[in-house]
Amino acid sequence: MGDFRMPSLGADMREGTLLQWKVKPGDRVKRGDIIAEVATDKGDIEIEVFEDGVVTEILIEAGRQVPVGEVLARIDGGPVEAPKPERIRASPVARRLAEERGVDLASLPGTGPGGAITRDDVERAKAASKVEPKEKPAGGIRLAIAGAMARSNREIPHYYVETGIDMKRARDFLAERNEKLRLEERLLPVVVLLKAVALGLKDVPELNGYWVDDALQRKDEIHIGFAISLRKGGLVTPAIHDVDRKSLTEIMASLRDVVPRARAGRLRSSELSDATVTVTNLGDLGVETVYGVIYPPQVALVGFGKILERPWAENGMLGIRPVVSATLAADHRATDGARGAAFLDALARRLQEPDEL
Amino acid sequence: MTEKQVLEAVSRLLARIAPEADLSSIDPEEPLQRALDIDSYDFLNLLVAVRDEIGVTVSESDYGKVGTLQGLVRFLAPRLADRKDR
Repeated sequence: MGDFRMPSLGADMREGTLLQWKVKPGDRVKRGDIIAEVATDKGDIEIEVFEDGVVTEILIEAGRQVPVGEVLARIDGGPVEAPKPERIRASPVARRLAEERGVDLASLPGTGPGGAITRDDVERAKAASKVEPKEKPAGGIRLAIAGAMARSNREIPHYYVETGIDMKRARDFLAERNEKLRLEERLLPVVVLLKAVALGLKDVPELNGYWVDDALQRKDEIHIGFAISLRKGGLVTPAIHDVDRKSLTEIMASLRDVVPRARAGRLRSSELSDATVTVTNLGDLGVETVYGVIYPPQVALVGFGKILERPWAENGMLGIRPVVSATLAADHRATDGARGAAFLDALARRLQEPDEL
Repeated sequence: MTEKQVLEAVSRLLARIAPEADLSSIDPEEPLQRALDIDSYDFLNLLVAVRDEIGVTVSESDYGKVGTLQGLVRFLAPRLADRKDR
C-alpha cells in the first residue's frame, strides 16, 4: 500500500488546495499519470503519480487546503513517492497563527516537545517584531519567490564565476539551420545554450544535484529548470527533462510545450520539483550579465546575458564577434571556484562545436 | 495596404502577444522585446502570427530588420503595397 501525498513543489511550498481528482477508487494508474490538480502559489499544477498501482482510497475531497506531506489517497501496488516535503515541526495552532500574523516558521526556534514550534513561540516572535507592515503583504507567487530566495541567501554560500563566450559559430549554425525550417520549428539561441549547459554538466557533474543533509547528492539525470517570466509578475522555473539526451529540435519542442503552460498556470508537478540545476536567460531583456540566486536545494544556476557584438582577439587578430556573458552561481559547500571555472570552460568549448550539440 | 494599415494590423497582433502592454506609449524605434517586455519565444510567436495573418514570412536573416515596431512596419509595408486591406 502506498501513500499519495501532497507534494512539495519547491522548498518554499507549505500547502496546496486540492482542486480536482482525475481518478476514483478502483482506477488503475501508472507512473507519470496525472491523477489530481492542485492550486499552489505557482498556479494550478497537475500532479503525477510516481508508481504503478490501483487507487484504493481517496482521503481528501476536492476543495480542501492541505499541508505538504499530507496523505491524499492510497494506492495499492507499491510506494508512491512524491518529492519529500521539508518538515517544520509546529503545532497546527502555531501554523495557523504564524500564517495569520505573517511569521516565518522557518526562522523560529521551537520550545515544544521535540523542538516543535508552539503558539507561544509564534506570539513571542510577533511581539518581538516591532515593525508594523505598512503595505499589504506580498502574496501568491511573489511570496513563494521571497521564501525560496531568502532561504537561498540565508543558507547557501554563493560564489560566482563569469566568462564571455564567442557565439559566432553557434549563431552561424543556427542561421543556417533555421533557414531550412518552418517558422514554428526554428530554434531559439537559448536552445543551443541549454544543450551546451547540459553537456557541460556532464563534464563537471558535481554542479548538477542537490545539497541535502550536509552532503552533495549528484544526479545522473540533467533536468534544467528554465526560468520563465510570467506576465502578471514573478517567474517559474519548470524543468526541461533530460536535456543532455534531447536533440536541439526536441528541446525546442519542450519549450514550445512548457512556456505557454507555465504562463497559463498549467504545469505538472514533476516539472516544478525535478529540476537539478537552473538556467536563466535575461539577454532578451537587454541584460548584459546575470548574477543569479541558486534555487535550493540545487547547487548551481547558470545565467546568460544578451549576445552583444564585441571586439574579440583570436590568433593575434582582432575582430568583432557576437559574445554572450555566461555566469555561474554555485554553492561553495558543494564545489569550489576551480570546478566552476572548469564548467564555464566546458560550456564555452561545447558552444564552439554546435554541430555536436 | 498603406503603412498606416500595416501598423494597425501589427498592433493587433502585438496586443495579443503582450496584452498588458500600452501600445500607444511604445517608442517605435525601441527594440520590441524591451519595449513590450517579451522574450525571444514571444517574438517568434509574433513572426508566426505575422505569417499566418498578414501573409509575410520573415526569414532568419531579416530578424535584424524587424526588431523594432518601425522596422517591422517598414519591412512589411512594401511587401503588402499591392494588397487590399485585410
